[in-house]
Amino acid sequence: MHQGPDEKTVLQDVLEPGEPPVLAPGHDFGTVSDKISAIVLRRPLGLGWTGAAFIGFVFVNLLLMAVTWLFLRGVGIWGINVPVAWGFAIINFVWWVGIGHAGTLISAILLLLKQTWRNSINRFAEAMTLFAVACAGMFPLFHVGRPWLAYWLFPYPNSMGVWPQFRSPLVWDVFAVSTYATVSAIFWFVGLIPDIATLRDSAKNPYARTIYGLLAMGWRGSARHWKRYQSVYLLLAGLATPLVLSVHTVVSFDFAVAQLPGWHTTIFPPYFVAGAIYSGFAMVLVLAIPIRHYYGVSDMITSRHLENAAKIMLATGLIVAYGYFMEIFMAFYGTNIYERAIVWTRWRGPYAPGYWALIACNILIPQVLWIPKVRKSPFWQFVISMDILIGMWLERFIIVVTSLHRDFLPSSWGMYTPTRWDWATYLGTLGFFLFAFVLFIRVLPMITIFEIKALLPESEPHAVEVKA
Amino acid sequence: MAQIFHRSTNSIARISILAAIILVSGLLWAALELQRSPYVTYAGVAHMQPVPFSHQHHVGGLGLDCRYCHTSVEISGYAGIPPTKTCMNCHSQIWTNAPLLEPVRESFRSGKSLVWSRANDLPDYVYFDHSIHINKGVGCNTCHGPVDRMPLMYNQASLQMEWCLDCHRAPEKYLRPRDQVFNMRYEQPTSERPVELPAANGQGAVKFTEQSALGNELKTRYHLRSVKDITSCSTCHR
Repeated sequence: MHQGPDEKTVLQDVLEPGEPPVLAPGHDFGTVSDKISAIVLRRPLGLGWTGAAFIGFVFVNLLLMAVTWLFLRGVGIWGINVPVAWGFAIINFVWWVGIGHAGTLISAILLLLKQTWRNSINRFAEAMTLFAVACAGMFPLFHVGRPWLAYWLFPYPNSMGVWPQFRSPLVWDVFAVSTYATVSAIFWFVGLIPDIATLRDSAKNPYARTIYGLLAMGWRGSARHWKRYQSVYLLLAGLATPLVLSVHTVVSFDFAVAQLPGWHTTIFPPYFVAGAIYSGFAMVLVLAIPIRHYYGVSDMITSRHLENAAKIMLATGLIVAYGYFMEIFMAFYGTNIYERAIVWTRWRGPYAPGYWALIACNILIPQVLWIPKVRKSPFWQFVISMDILIGMWLERFIIVVTSLHRDFLPSSWGMYTPTRWDWATYLGTLGFFLFAFVLFIRVLPMITIFEIKALLPESEPHAVEVKA
Repeated sequence: MAQIFHRSTNSIARISILAAIILVSGLLWAALELQRSPYVTYAGVAHMQPVPFSHQHHVGGLGLDCRYCHTSVEISGYAGIPPTKTCMNCHSQIWTNAPLLEPVRESFRSGKSLVWSRANDLPDYVYFDHSIHINKGVGCNTCHGPVDRMPLMYNQASLQMEWCLDCHRAPEKYLRPRDQVFNMRYEQPTSERPVELPAANGQGAVKFTEQSALGNELKTRYHLRSVKDITSCSTCHR
């Protein structure tokens, strides 16, 4: 009998004629396992991987040097000053946390929405979340003047008889980011267990078999395992979804709770979350496009994924644009002279080039994604994603610095110029992210094997019937 | 294919879960205990001094009043360590040849201060005032312990902030009549040994058989400020 296309593919052809599939044809269970596990188990290191790991390692060392000097000399080595006491550390913190959010969006929200195209990108998107949160988590620690006392932010029964101030969004940050990191790590690890079991079973090296065997925790893939697994995974997705929205909301409260013109805005929570997903998807594309090319997995991360990501960027980019417009609108709709002054300062003040670059990067340039030809081209997707990453960094710079450097009292107006140590710390976290990411690609399956298998025609119960 | 793990891994895996829980909670508990222990606070650890001065002998034995040496305790934030001259008031006449006292005589001859080792040493970001505590009815031994029975000085309390706050949040647990502040053998009232206060109208006396009643009365009489006031940061961290 002719092995016809399964229901899903037929449906897809009806609904989206001519769209590329989420998994290119020609795969079966064996080839999927082989292809993904071979990247970890059999592929030689390669020049590309070694080069990326080396660059990452160099910048990790730069980070270590910058932090050592910071701890020795204090935060005064940065460009921060009294009006602008928050600089690169907070800008980068918000930027990194934002980047992490796309990973959880892909793995949790798209799971709840039953978007099967998430299956091939969720694993490395979650890894991206973890490493981005690790980079983000460093900054709140580094930017305090006495980092060795940062544990005072945790509520524990101490000999001082004091507790943290639970009304400060910076304390909420501690809980938000640490919960987010924990839940993301658990979610990621739970998702890895069946795949690690696959690696355990296909590894030839006895050490690799033992290590993967320990990590797989005796996964046998029985029906009971899978049933409970699916419930846990769905529950974790349901937990992670409100978490991802609340974490960046809490981060936005760092600003919105203050009375500063330019910060005290009720639109911040949703608009920060939209910006987080915007920059997060940009980072997903920046990682996915070279990876699928280098590892030859374009049949699993297809142009469909890239285009969907580009569409989400376009959608969240418009929300961000709405946020910018509303901030300006409210400044002139309201009667507060300070609110207006901040808008004028952003337009024409000393940081105006940054502001206009932000408008160009975040609002104007990404509009080319409306054009199908641009939206479908990996080259342009990559360029636009880089542009959005820069733009979203500028957004945090403009929000943090311009609101601080000109506020209520003209006598406390100042300027903020980052020093080489600001840059070294930022570049260092970029290197840390890169290094962690290439290590991850090397030791763990970057595409979820068992979820890709679920996309195969053989996984459809009806398809089996047709074959029989 | 051979099994990767031996059968014994089953037991190891089970034990490791329990062990991890016990280990982590044990380490946390140990860390919290350690920061309150004499290893960190030196509570109960006698200090080595240039001269082994015995409070037990001078207070418990000879019956000196605390204020004979610690003169400024009622009027100053700092209770003061007596100068060499205070020692020499007596020791120019008695034990004049004791080798033990040679550093004191040497200090008297040369004018160079004796370098005592401070047992109750608060960090400098804490402003502690002795006189206010004395005048509000906090006895010496409430904080310093049975000094009249200490051959060598040690700090009785941890001096940690939770210890200070324990009293500032409920001072009535510790207050005593002002005339009993320097009584090292004062004991809190019981039904067998009531503590008397002169009546408010000056006629007769009021008896207290319970510390809580006495403490609350003294709080009113000595005009203690509210708990909110005396536990605010600016009380000590000025």
